[in-house]
Amino acid sequence: MAYVAVKGGEQAITNAHALLAEDRRGSRDVPEVGVDQIRAQLSLAVDRVMGEGSCYDRDLAALAIKQSRGDLPEAIFLLRAYRTTLPRFGFSDPIATEQMAVRRRVSAAFKDIPGGQVLGPTFDYTHRLLDFALAAEGGHLPEPAAMAEAPLADDLPTIASVFSHEDLLEHETPALDAAEPYDLTREPMQFPATRDQRLQALARGDEGFLLSLAYSSQRGWGSTHPLCGEIRLGDVSVEFTPPELGFPIELADLTVTECTMLSEFEGSMEHPPQYARGYGLTFGHCERKAMSMAIVDRALKAAENAVDQVHPVQDEEFVLYHSDNVEASGFVQHLKLPHYVDFQASLQFVRKLRREWAEARSAKEAAE
Amino acid sequence: MSVQPTAQAELTAPLYNFAYLDEQTKRMIRRTILKAIAIPGYQVPFGSREMPVPYGWGTGGIQVTASIIGRSDVFKCIDQGADDTTNAVSIRRFFAKIAEVAVTESTAEATIIQTRHRIPEKDLQEGQVMVFQVPQPEPLRGLEPRETETRAMHAYEEYGLQYVSLYESVSAYRRIAATASYPVIVDERYLMSPSPIPKFDNPKLHMSPALMLFGAGREKRIYAVPPYTRVRSLDFEDYPFETQRWDDVCALCGAEESYLDEVVLDDQGNRMFVCSDSNHCGERRAEGHVGPMVDHALAGATS
Repeated sequence: MAYVAVKGGEQAITNAHALLAEDRRGSRDVPEVGVDQIRAQLSLAVDRVMGEGSCYDRDLAALAIKQSRGDLPEAIFLLRAYRTTLPRFGFSDPIATEQMAVRRRVSAAFKDIPGGQVLGPTFDYTHRLLDFALAAEGGHLPEPAAMAEAPLADDLPTIASVFSHEDLLEHETPALDAAEPYDLTREPMQFPATRDQRLQALARGDEGFLLSLAYSSQRGWGSTHPLCGEIRLGDVSVEFTPPELGFPIELADLTVTECTMLSEFEGSMEHPPQYARGYGLTFGHCERKAMSMAIVDRALKAAENAVDQVHPVQDEEFVLYHSDNVEASGFVQHLKLPHYVDFQASLQFVRKLRREWAEARSAKEAAE
Repeated sequence: MSVQPTAQAELTAPLYNFAYLDEQTKRMIRRTILKAIAIPGYQVPFGSREMPVPYGWGTGGIQVTASIIGRSDVFKCIDQGADDTTNAVSIRRFFAKIAEVAVTESTAEATIIQTRHRIPEKDLQEGQVMVFQVPQPEPLRGLEPRETETRAMHAYEEYGLQYVSLYESVSAYRRIAATASYPVIVDERYLMSPSPIPKFDNPKLHMSPALMLFGAGREKRIYAVPPYTRVRSLDFEDYPFETQRWDDVCALCGAEESYLDEVVLDDQGNRMFVCSDSNHCGERRAEGHVGPMVDHALAGATS
């Protein structure tokens, strides 16, 4: 009877929860991992969970990672299920990424750009050799990184402003007249999707799914010939203007990763040839995700640019409906639930077909 | 955006609103339900929330139940027709904990019956509400993957594609092949998926005195069949709709007219058939009905 345990369902669930808690803790000879350790030392996992969990809270994300035993989509689900119970008291003012306190900023489009290239903390030029020193008991403290002689400028111009005097870069689609931005956590998906809706869906979307879609487009399944105009990482402040005050107040600082991808647009009757852009933004430090998002955003402009949508990455229904890993994971895994009523219906049907097939065959053989 | 450090503060039921959802969300869902009742069979989009159970495990049904349940309700939850399947137990526990309502396994006593894949055998009454968990609300999705297209097809009542599909199955199998999620027309207007109930249960939707609500959380749609509404299973004059029948009877209660599950007894091909509706089977045995294997271990378990 196993998992449809007759009358045992109640007890089975309780026992399963107890076993799960035991497995999560693991060997009791090893000290328990602290939420503070996860927050500080698994910070990129925390960043991904906050981003796809749509909730900027390092403590809760770290707790979710601990509770999920490091299963990040499960941690994302935990954080989403918590977030959904929070009231939404309003929309912040748009964050100003051009005023970001930058920690990393590179452009692949120019040798140098105003404000300079800032490599920052990146895996990019590391050799992927396992560092066995990290495995040693007690570990070792890294040497403190050297300080620059002069701080970075407060405002580093974005790639868009570099182009602005030449009109080489397409202007972003102006926001619609809607008083409030689209919010997928409050409204269902609708098509054709608005830009804000699309960007929100991509920001919440699964990193792996977007990465593969972006990769498919690079390999020729809907090529966008992307070039990384700029990628920047740093802190921005979030401001909120309460209607009763009428002026913005600062609520918090966020770490975000922003990416602008450029791609050639050959022009149309209405528009001269120029560069189109794709935009990516994530909470925390998630470059792989931000770059993938920007490429997919660009590819999804196919409809607006009257380009035939022949590849998966250009098809907004395909991309937006299947990018959410909480939805995808739940629906794929629901196949574990019992389906024996439907299977019985199908079984009956197939048995009947088999019987008729056998009868027809023996009748035919008898005739021969 | 200050968030209480939940690591310290223990999250228990009193910290959540009655029946989990906040009142604004409930109001939004109730408005959706009212619209769904006003347009029988029409899929109404709604702002489905993330729930503490995974998508595909009843998030739509749970949101519908959470929005209509009150303190005086009596809640029954079944999966595959049975009250004791693990996910039904889990959802029943959720409402017992978060809404502190009375729960029951009795179809007659329940005011709200949440279900996955079955409609109880016992006739439903006026005032009862069936809440169906729906994985895919769009009956045409298997024929047309695009939502933009299927919405237009419903708007124009353009269901030719569906009939062609049934015709193709007749030409391939000499009968209509659908066995579950068998498409229906509601009030002679909207094509509707009855959710993955076996077609055996389709006739129970027709002119039912109970209100039927369908919630699809992941797909963010709610639809309804109001009481005493015509529900017609699609068919052709020469290939009329028919339901499943078994050569066997329920091994425990001897029922001849109920939907049967097949229980594999060994690897020698021996099997028994028992009522899928565990409450129906238990009540019949309590009334003295006896099947050929009434002493089987399952009998003690499902009474």
